[in-house]
Amino acid sequence: MAVIQARQRHDHRATRMLSFDPRRIASGLGWLSIGLGLAATLAPDRMARMIGFRRSRMAARVLRLVGLRKLGAGLGILSRARPARWLWARVAGDVMDLGLLGTAMRSRRVRRERIAAATAAVVGVTVLDALSGAKLSQSSGAAASAVTLRRAITINRRSDEVYRFWRDFTNLPRFMQRVETVQRLSERRSHWRVRGPGGMTLEWDAEITDDVPNERITWRALPASAVDHAGIVRFRQAPGGRGTEVSVEMQYTPPGGGVGAGVAKMFGAAPEQELAEDLRHLKQLLETGEVVISEGSERGVAQSPPTGRGGQR
Amino acid sequence: MKATCWIDKRDVRVEDVPEPTILNSRDAIVRITSTAICGSDLHLYNGFVPSMKSGDVLGHEFMGEVVEVGAAVKNLKTGDRVVVPFPIACGACAMCGKGLFSLCENTNPNAWMAEKLWGYSPAGIFGYSHLVGGFPGGQAQYARVPFADVGPVKIPQGIQDETVLFLSDIFPTGYMGADLCEIKKGDVIAVWGCGPVGQFAIKSAHLLGAERVIAIDRFPYRLRMARELGGAETLNYEETDVYEALRELTGGRGPDACIDAVGMEAHVPGPLYAYHRAKQALMLQTDRAYALRQAIMACRNGGIVSVIGVYGGFVDKFPMGSLMNRSLTIKTGQCHVQRYMKPLLERIQKGEIDPSFVVTHRMRLDEAPVAYEKFLNKEDECMKIVLKP
Repeated sequence: MAVIQARQRHDHRATRMLSFDPRRIASGLGWLSIGLGLAATLAPDRMARMIGFRRSRMAARVLRLVGLRKLGAGLGILSRARPARWLWARVAGDVMDLGLLGTAMRSRRVRRERIAAATAAVVGVTVLDALSGAKLSQSSGAAASAVTLRRAITINRRSDEVYRFWRDFTNLPRFMQRVETVQRLSERRSHWRVRGPGGMTLEWDAEITDDVPNERITWRALPASAVDHAGIVRFRQAPGGRGTEVSVEMQYTPPGGGVGAGVAKMFGAAPEQELAEDLRHLKQLLETGEVVISEGSERGVAQSPPTGRGGQR
Repeated sequence: MKATCWIDKRDVRVEDVPEPTILNSRDAIVRITSTAICGSDLHLYNGFVPSMKSGDVLGHEFMGEVVEVGAAVKNLKTGDRVVVPFPIACGACAMCGKGLFSLCENTNPNAWMAEKLWGYSPAGIFGYSHLVGGFPGGQAQYARVPFADVGPVKIPQGIQDETVLFLSDIFPTGYMGADLCEIKKGDVIAVWGCGPVGQFAIKSAHLLGAERVIAIDRFPYRLRMARELGGAETLNYEETDVYEALRELTGGRGPDACIDAVGMEAHVPGPLYAYHRAKQALMLQTDRAYALRQAIMACRNGGIVSVIGVYGGFVDKFPMGSLMNRSLTIKTGQCHVQRYMKPLLERIQKGEIDPSFVVTHRMRLDEAPVAYEKFLNKEDECMKIVLKP
C-alpha cells in the first residue's frame, strides 16, 4: 500500500526517504567491485605494490585471479537479476581476501603498515556487503507475500469516456475475469465478490480514497477485510490523438494463514498476464462494444447472453 | 456439421463437430459454399505452427451465404453472399484505423500467447492455431464470422464462386507482395515461389506497372503457369544458379525488388537441405529461410525485399550485413486483406484479372485428407484445390 500512495503523490523521492537504500548501495558496491577487479586484472603488479607487497610474482598472480572474481561479482550485482545473491558472493570473497591478507601479514617481504590498512579497508567493505545483502534478502522475502501488479494499455477513446466507465465499479466484472460482482453501496463504497482458488469466493468492501475525474481513481479494501487490496488507475491522454493511456497498479496483501496463501496462489504463475488480459477486455469493450471470444479462447469473462436473432439453417 | 479437423502432424480428418452459434452481437454465421486449402495450411499440416490442438477446424479461405447475424450487424442479412477475409479485424482500433487490419489490436483472445513468441500480438486468424485466436476455420459447412460488419465483402449474384473466392487470402496476399515493392515504371521484380500466392504476386506486379517479372521455382508446371499465364521469365533453381542468373538478366545490377512468396518451409537443392532440416529437428531454428536469404542477396542495392511467405519463429544465419550495408528495405506482414478486397473485386469485375486461373482441382469437403496429401506432394500438377462442402 505504501508503494501505491507514494506513487500517487508522483513523488519519486519517496523511495529515497528510506535512510538506508540497499539497492543504491548495492549498485555502488557493484561498481567498486568492477573498478578494483579491472585494476587487479590489468595491473596486478602495481596493485600488489599498493597493497604492500614487495615485488612478488605470486602476489600478482593471486591478485589477477582475485580481480577476475571481483569483476564477476560486480557484473552480477549490476545485472540486477539477483543482487542479494551476488552481494553474498562478495562477502565470501571478502572473507577470502582477509584470509590472504592475514597470510601476507606473516610474510617478511611485505610492508606491514600497508597490509594493515588494506585489511581495515576490506573489513569495512565486508560489513557494508553483508548489511546490504541482508537488507536485500529481507526485502525480496517481504515482496513474496504481497502481490503487486502493474500494466498499461492504450484505448482509442477519450479519457473522460474511459474514466466514466471505470468509475462505475459495477462495470468491473465485465472485463475483470476474477471479479464476479461489484455492488454499489454508496458514492464511494462498493462490495466486491471475487473468485478465488478452488471455487472459493472472497468478498470485501472497498472505498474510493482519491478520485480526480478523467485523471485517476484510487481505491482500497476497508481495513479488516479478508484481503488487503488497493489499486490505482490513471488515465492520460495518449500523444497524437491516439486515445487514452490507462495504467493500473494493484496490490493484494494476504493477511496470512490459509486464505492468505490462497490469495497469493489465486493469481497463478503469471498474475500480470491476467491483469493484461483484463485490460485487453476493457479495450475491446470500449472500442468494439464487446469482449472478443473464440471457441478456442483459453479464458474469458462472463458474457452477456447471445443476441443473435436466430436465423434458419 | 462436417469440418476438416487437424488431428496431428500429417493427420487431418473430416469429422462431425457442433455447428457454430452466434457468440457476440457482431457475429454472423456463414453457410460455406466454397473453401480452399492454402499453402500456409501445409505449415499446419506439417506441424510447423505451434499451439495447434487435436480437433481444431482448419481453413481460412472461404465464402458462402449468410444464414444468421448478430443484433449489431446492420450491413448484412440472411441470404447475402459474402467472401470472408482471413484476418479478423474490429475496424475500431488504432491499427484498423491505419488500414493495418491483420494487426487488429482486439481480435486475438489469446494475445498473451502471441506476445510470448513475438513480443506483441497480431490479429486473430481463422483456423490458424491458438496463437492467433483459436477461431474455428472455414473448411467446414458453417463458420462463425466475428466482426461480420467489418470484414466480409458482399458479392453480387452472377459471379462464379471460384472467381471471387481468392479475395479471402491469396489474391490480396500476392497483390500486397507486389504493392510493398513500390513499383515504378521500368522496374524488374523477382518472385520466389510460383505457388498460388506467387502467381498472384506475378500478375499483380504487372498490374502495378512492373516492366519485367522473373519467377523462381523448381516445379516445371508451376514455372510454366508463371510463363504462360503470368507473362514472367522463369528460373528453375534446381538447374540454375539463381543469383548469377538474376545478375545476368538485370545487367549486373539485381532486381529492383524481390518478393518471398515461399516462407518458412523453403526447399534447397543438395545437402544444404538436410542440414537445415536437421537444425529444425534440433530446434536450432524453426524456419528454413533459404528463399529469403537468396532474395536478400540477389536484390539490387537500395532495393526492397517484400516478404509475404509465412514465417513462424526464428531464422538462423540471417544476412544482416547484406541488408545493412546495401541499404535494403524489408517490408512484410500478413496481408491486410480488408484493405484490398473492394479494389480487387473491382479489378475482377472490370475483367483485368480472373483469379480462378490457379484452380487445378475441385473436390468434395469430405475428400480433404486426400486433398492435403495431393497438395503437399504436388501430385498431378496440383496448384490449388477448391473444396465443396
